[in-house]
Amino acid sequence: MSTTLNRVGLPRDAYKGAATTLCAGCGHNSITNHMIKALYELGVEPHRLAKMSGIGCSSKTPAYFVEAAHGFNGVHGRMPALTTGAQLANRQLIMLGVSGDGDTASIGLGQFMHMIRRNIDCTYIIEDNGTYGLTKGQFSATADLGSVQKKGAVNTFQPIDPCAVALTLGCTFVARSFSGDGKQVVPLIKAAIAHRGTAVLDIVSPCVTFNDHDGSTKSYSWIKDHEESIADVSFIPFFEEVHVDYEPGTVRDVELHDGSHILLKKLGEDHDPTDRRAAMKVIEEGRAAGHLVTGLLYLDPASVDFATSERIPDSPLVDLGEDQLRLTRGEFAQFMSEFA
Amino acid sequence: MTNQIINDLTIQAATVNGSGSQTANLVLTRAIFHMGIPVAPKNVFPSNIEGLPTWYQLRVTPQGHMARRDQVDILIAFNPATWHQDLRTVRPGGVVVHEEVFSTADARTDVIYYAVPFSKLAKSKIQNDTLRKQLANMIYVGVVAGLLGIPWEALEHAVTRQFLSKPKAVPLNLDAIKVGFDYWQDNFSKKDPYRLEAMTGLVDSKVLVEGNQAAALGALMGGVTVVAWYPITPSSSLCENLIAYAERFRTDPETGQKRIAVVQAEDELAAVGMAIGAGWAGARAMTSTSGPGISLMAEFAGLAYYAEVPVVIFDIQRIGPSTGLPTRTSQADVGFAYTLSHGDTKHLVLLPGTVEECYEFARDAFDYADRFQTPVFVLSDLDLGMNLWMTPEFKYPDKPFDRGKVLSKADLERLAGEWARYRDVDGDGVPYRTLPGTDHPAAGYFTRGSGHDEHARYTESAEAYAANMDRLSRKFETARAALPAPVIDESTGSKIGLIAFGSTHAAVVESRSALAAAKLPVDYLRIRALPLSAQVAEFVSRHERVYVIEQNRDGQVYDLLRLALPPALVDRLRSIRHYDGQPIPADAITEPLLESEAVPA
Repeated sequence: MSTTLNRVGLPRDAYKGAATTLCAGCGHNSITNHMIKALYELGVEPHRLAKMSGIGCSSKTPAYFVEAAHGFNGVHGRMPALTTGAQLANRQLIMLGVSGDGDTASIGLGQFMHMIRRNIDCTYIIEDNGTYGLTKGQFSATADLGSVQKKGAVNTFQPIDPCAVALTLGCTFVARSFSGDGKQVVPLIKAAIAHRGTAVLDIVSPCVTFNDHDGSTKSYSWIKDHEESIADVSFIPFFEEVHVDYEPGTVRDVELHDGSHILLKKLGEDHDPTDRRAAMKVIEEGRAAGHLVTGLLYLDPASVDFATSERIPDSPLVDLGEDQLRLTRGEFAQFMSEFA
Repeated sequence: MTNQIINDLTIQAATVNGSGSQTANLVLTRAIFHMGIPVAPKNVFPSNIEGLPTWYQLRVTPQGHMARRDQVDILIAFNPATWHQDLRTVRPGGVVVHEEVFSTADARTDVIYYAVPFSKLAKSKIQNDTLRKQLANMIYVGVVAGLLGIPWEALEHAVTRQFLSKPKAVPLNLDAIKVGFDYWQDNFSKKDPYRLEAMTGLVDSKVLVEGNQAAALGALMGGVTVVAWYPITPSSSLCENLIAYAERFRTDPETGQKRIAVVQAEDELAAVGMAIGAGWAGARAMTSTSGPGISLMAEFAGLAYYAEVPVVIFDIQRIGPSTGLPTRTSQADVGFAYTLSHGDTKHLVLLPGTVEECYEFARDAFDYADRFQTPVFVLSDLDLGMNLWMTPEFKYPDKPFDRGKVLSKADLERLAGEWARYRDVDGDGVPYRTLPGTDHPAAGYFTRGSGHDEHARYTESAEAYAANMDRLSRKFETARAALPAPVIDESTGSKIGLIAFGSTHAAVVESRSALAAAKLPVDYLRIRALPLSAQVAEFVSRHERVYVIEQNRDGQVYDLLRLALPPALVDRLRSIRHYDGQPIPADAITEPLLESEAVPA
């Protein structure tokens, strides 16, 4: 059997990690596989990848892909802070954050929002199952109103929609998908990585143990019945040529900062992914209709990330030495004399 | 005039905050300093923007005492709201310069009054309508200059220095000072004994620096590249100074690019998290806060301790508990910071006792953090951080950065990729790490705050957990010997010793002079870091009684010492505590010591 190497000379296996310890059939495992495929096909160099996470089932998953990359499984809901610091320390790192719905929408909502507000250059994946799996099935803040818990309790609170929150805060890349929809998830992950700025990707990912029953709006069967994709997504990385053989007017082509392209093939009504108000409308209409709207909801191709606007150099701050960081003897003497 | 008192006095200006009085206070300070006389200013200010009482105490001594003194020699009373209260603080025979309209009908008769129509003078003599309020404060500087004999040349120097970046303000302010100066000459004859006379040799090559300025410069010289912070008094000025210095010294004049990243975070949790993320990625990273922020940082402090991530955390202490008195000083975070976070967490803590040490410890904290791969807390306080202190000029560093045990790509090639993140290779408990971005297939590892083995892999193994915790303890012991050693003075040969730390130092120095004069000379050990040096127990063993002096209610370091010392030495310890939020004066040490040792005062 021949092994196909990607553009950096690595086989697909180089993107695998430790064996998963999550439940068989967990949506998160599918996302891990989508991640492996996307990173392999993009040809991300493992040493440049920084896998960041908080606490929860989702936050365990960075151990299950790209073993050779550095990872940081921090504290609950605080992945954005760790990611922000690491990104500023070394802009050459590709920051890939994996979080869950509890980690993002409850304990970590503040950090999630402020990271978006700053537009830190990173990919922020929410593995969203509407439940606290590790602590055995309590509702999370993304659980829909009226959704039923395994033991029968009914959720009486409005859900926090991470995509709507992100849009409100001016997030420069907002997408939603379903763990079972690899055709959509893989190109969205690639596009999120290529995007310069905070890319939020909310992937509904059923919890087979605690939230896959009738009455749940995050179960496999509910999503299969209610998913409504707004467009077929394909991603052409900067190192490949764009060949469009669609009929004119049926495909939108959005070029990203690094020269990559996102191609969106219309399915129903035309959605302009660079129109933030339209994205809000799509979310609200889907919600009113009881649909799970998936796809690329919003993208600002002109996004300027925090480090760029703060004039942090592209080369890592980590590499600077005494000669670039200390005052010279002359500067120091002058400066001290100013305190006289 | 008999019994002149020269160059040994305390001036207290009682004003209203937000009125621009601080500029006048600084001009007066600089003018006296320019005369070659040691100065020690203390600002007592409210947690408020405008309209509440504020006091500026300027102590002048030929010995260069830096501690606060309770007793006021010269009161400048501007604030009608505190007039009666302020009057009570003046020593008998002292001077009261006051706004003319304040009633002295039933005031004290044992002080000397000089009534000045400050408001009238401001209205009639200051032509600049927009700046009248600010300039009016300068009138008091002129009156005090006349009263104490400050030469005009010193005032000119001080004003020029104060308005270095705003030269247009210099003549305006000098004119206002002249109003007060002339008023004194035209209306008063000297009735009091106080005078200032130029001195030589005492303040040569000394500068006036706030501890937060010193720490900001230290951080810059220590090579900080990522700063994340959340505003809080009395810490904010540390990062604000750092930002200003970085603007000047870390910005490429051509490209505008910065060799530093600064984030004003959404809260202290995020601030320390960003610093830890940056430290993990290999940057020299810091945050700065005060007590309430330290409380919020507890969670992340444990992560950085257990996952072994370098980070520097400044705590400019103020009075707690809770919000406490946000603008008053204390040393009450030391016990909490030392073991911040749940589980068996313990930290390296640096305790600067002077502004020079604020600079040096801030700078070296980054070396310690990298070398021991752990959080390093630098505990300053409001008194040290926000007041000006007379200090020798700081020294340029004579060592390169110590980045600790970091394996490069070449190291990994030499090792053929054989390494483990948490293995104790050298027997000192300090493992090797790699930085994200290191281009070697064996470089990557998975950092976590959950249980991990030598290879950083998740484990719930009892043996692996205990072995790792024991190694962390070994690392702590290695650090104990490497941190700044105590400063010890046993030259008195006394059976009595003092132990203190941090800003208490200034009061201890003065108190030791007073005690020596009272025939009770005492030895002194100043702790400069936690964990405690072995030298502390040795010092205690050489003295019959050792007084631990600190600015908190519960004697936190006294308690730490009782836990750390051999049982036979514990009973030698005594505790002296000061915790009213004002910087500790020497008398708060001298008096209880004389009483305890039964020395007649």
